[in-house]
This record gives sequence, C-alpha cells and structure tokens, in this order.
Amino acid sequence: MKKVLVVCGNGLGSSMIVEMNVKAALKDMGKDAEVSHTDLTTAKTEQADLFLGSEDIVESLEDGNKNVVKLKNLMDKNELREALENNL
Amino acid sequence: MVDLIMKDILGTPAILVGLFALIGLLVQRKNSGDVVSGTLKTVMGFVILNAGASVLVQSLGQFSSMFDEAFAVDGVIPNNEAIVALAQESFGTETAMIMLFGMIVNILLARFSPFKYIFLTGHHTMFMACLIAVILTTGGFSGASIIILGSIILGALMVLSPALLQPFTRKVTGSDDFAVGHFGSIGYFVSACVGKSVGKGSKSTEEIKVPKSLGFLRDTSVSVSLTMVILFFVVAGFAGPSFVETELSGGQNFLVFAFMQGLTFAAGVYIILAGVRMLLGEIVPAFKGIADKVVPNAKPALDAPAIFPFAGNAVIIGFLCSFVAGLVSMFFLPLLGLSVIVPGLVPHFFTGAAAGVFGNATGGRRGAVFGSMANGVMISFLPALLLPVLGSLGFQGTTFGDADFGVVGIVLGNLIRLIGSNTIVGIAILGLLALLFLLGWKTKANENKNDVDAA
Repeated sequence: MKKVLVVCGNGLGSSMIVEMNVKAALKDMGKDAEVSHTDLTTAKTEQADLFLGSEDIVESLEDGNKNVVKLKNLMDKNELREALENNL
Repeated sequence: MVDLIMKDILGTPAILVGLFALIGLLVQRKNSGDVVSGTLKTVMGFVILNAGASVLVQSLGQFSSMFDEAFAVDGVIPNNEAIVALAQESFGTETAMIMLFGMIVNILLARFSPFKYIFLTGHHTMFMACLIAVILTTGGFSGASIIILGSIILGALMVLSPALLQPFTRKVTGSDDFAVGHFGSIGYFVSACVGKSVGKGSKSTEEIKVPKSLGFLRDTSVSVSLTMVILFFVVAGFAGPSFVETELSGGQNFLVFAFMQGLTFAAGVYIILAGVRMLLGEIVPAFKGIADKVVPNAKPALDAPAIFPFAGNAVIIGFLCSFVAGLVSMFFLPLLGLSVIVPGLVPHFFTGAAAGVFGNATGGRRGAVFGSMANGVMISFLPALLLPVLGSLGFQGTTFGDADFGVVGIVLGNLIRLIGSNTIVGIAILGLLALLFLLGWKTKANENKNDVDAA
C-alpha cells in the first residue's frame, strides 16, 4: 500500500481539501493508496511514498530522499492527477 | 436513564462530536473498520484539543502577569485556537450543536438560494460556532433557542461570506471554480475595496523579485514559536529580572524562563491544532459528501491559502504590511481606552497575505500595501472591541483574531445588549440576515445582467 501525504502550513484547511481531491482522483484511476494530510513541521518527520503541497511550502521538505511534488495551483485537479499518475 | 443520555452523553462535547462523525460515516456506508477508527479519532481529537488548552493556559497566565507588571495594562494575544479550546469547557455542547446544524443550514441555503457555496474550512466553522455560542449564552439564550438561532446565523454566514468575496475571488483566480471560505473575509473585502480606490495604474506585485527567505513563516508552529519567544523576551525585559525570578520562575533566570514559556505557548497551539485536525478529519469529508449529493453544481468555499499561489509576492507584502499596521495600532489602542492587542504573526500572516492577494488583484502594488494595512488595523481594533461582549471568557488574555469573528460578535453582542427581549433579538437577527441575502441577490442579479449586456 503506497502512502500519500498532503502538506500545508497549518495542516487544516487546504491540505484537507487536496486530500479529498487525491482520494477522488485515485478512485477515478482505479488505484488504492493511503492518503492523509498534515502540517509542515509534522511532515518533516513522517514517512510517505509521495509528499504533495504548494510550491512554496513543500520546498523545505526536499532532503534528497523524499519524493516531493510541488503543485503550482493547489486546486487544479488535472495537475494533481498528473502528479499522481507519474509517481504512484 | 434519560439523565444519562441527556446529561452525560449529549452533555459531553467530545462524545457528541464523535456521534456526528459516527452518523456521517454510517450515512456514507463506510466499512466497519473505518467507522470504528473514524469515530474514535474524532473523540480523541477533542480530548487532545483540551489537553493543548491546559498547556497553553499556563503560559498565557505567566504572560499576563509579566505584561501587567511591565505596563500596568492588560495585553491580549488574539489566537482563535486558544480561545476556542478554552471555551470548550463551558460552551462545548452548544458549540458542537450549532456547528452540526449550521452545516445543515449551509447545505439547505446552498440548495434553495442562489448562493451555491459549501463552506469547507471546518476549523473556522467550529470557531464561528463557538463565538456564536459564547455571545448568545452571555446574552441569556439557552436550550433549543440558542441552537436554532445559532445554527441559522452560522449557516447564513457560511454562504454570505464566500458570496461577498466572490466577484473579487474571480478576479484573483481567473475562474469561477471555487470560492474563499474563511472568516477573515470582511478584512479581504475591505482590502479589495481599498485596492480599487488607490490602485489606479499600479503594477502587479508579481513583477517584483522577492527573496524566498520569508517562506519559513508559513509553517505555523515555527511562526508561533518565534512570535511568542520574542514577545516573552520583550515583556520579561520590561517586567524586570527581579520580578520574574522571585514571583514567577522560582529563581530560574528570567530570559531562560521567558524562552521556555514562549515555546510552551507554541507547543500548546501545536497540540490544539493536532486535535482540531483529528476532530475534523471525518466530519468535513462527510459534510462535503452529503452536500455534493444534495446541491447540484455546488461551489466549494476553501481556506484562504487556496488563493496564495495566484500571487506569491502579494502574500509576503501583505503579511509585512498587515503586521506593521498591527504594531502601530497597538500604541493607539490604549489611547482610546481599549485593551492592548498584541499582534500575532499567525493572524497577520494568513489574513494579511490573503488581503494582499485581494488588494493586488484590484489595485496592484499600491492596493496590496494599503489593502493589507487596512486589514492589519481591522484585526487589531475588532478583537479589542469584541472583548467586552465575550463575558467571562473575555478575561482570559486571548480572543478571536480574524475580522469576521469581530464584526459578527460585536453586532450580535450589542444587539442583545440594546434589545431587552430575546424574542425580539431573534427576530432582529433573522431580519438582518434576510436583508443581507436580498442585497446579495440584487448585486448578483445586476452582475448577471451586466454579463448578458456585455455578451
């Protein structure tokens, strides 16, 4: 089971919405993964196969071994789907 | 038995919220594992929220003692998470009930009015429910009347707030895909209007090269830690080492004590946020799932950061200008006999940034600067004016931060104070909401007419 973690500054609002979008996209693609959302501080110590978030936030997650995808527009479902297709 | 159900089960907010989650999960026909884990996590989220509140209160108490010793006035730090966590002890049941029925009212209004917005910023729904519960209780409402009136007010705000901003939101995002659902919206609306009036011919903020070095402030726990440590240092310095070391820290060096207390406050906020995240993890998706079934072509109203990517520089500029305006306001507040509102990085970051994005959309650079400054002044003065109507909750050293909480609280609180009878208050409030709907309706109709004319 792959794990996707959506990250935003507060870990409350936008990451939760994106999490719902990810779940909907995965269902569409017929894939299964564990999806959750959290704040930046917590994300740094979490393990996941894919970290998603807006560009300016997830930049600081890149440490060379994390698979981080920077989204240009958080709410763009097509961009999100592309990120999922390329990384899962 | 009745007592057990009514008082012990429904009177315990954690269990009540857990029941909402349970119903939501059952309605969605989730499998049994998801139902059990979702329900337990929701209840646990509430327990974590309370645990965070007790950590935070300790440090807030120390801050108040020092501030009082240093300046002989009350200093108040606006922080939604803190005030809501503190309020759960006395107002938890009312908050939970108003939140649930407010969501239902939101879905009904979206279904039957032209405002098709589904307000998905769950923590703000909860904070607003809490504010309404506090004000109505303080005003003498109780029982069924508080829940009915409260949820109508909340549900109406959940569609009115995104509707107010939507013309400007369209300008920012260039589409009509989503709305902004955030209770700082009155501040953004003012910012957009200011931008409109000052920004003739001003270039967009996005043509400036801004260093990315301020990005780390978007991490809430970092920005809270930083603000609180600086604030504690300053206040401890003014209170003097002898006072701190004899009265508060039990001999520990005053700067070390200040440092640790600042981080204790931040840790409290972090714990509360973790609790809120767990608490909403099941409720918001259930709400969205139900809304999608009931309301055709519903528009999601999302948290303010959803618009940040559309103007990255305006975010930084907006935050800085809002914060500066907050610092300046701090010196004017006591002159007007109001409590000192210590500007917090978090409210100024999130609402200042959003105000900057809206100001930029209507008035370029000048709009972003002056619009977010207007927002900064608002989130300094509104919390100060709100304190008197919060009753006993107003003496805790913290208050609600964002603009809409201030406006709604002040209007409601003073209505209740001026009008003696609760029935008339109820009618007045409903009348006011109906008026707002009609206004919005008219504006919308005009817009549509213009669109048709333009086409």
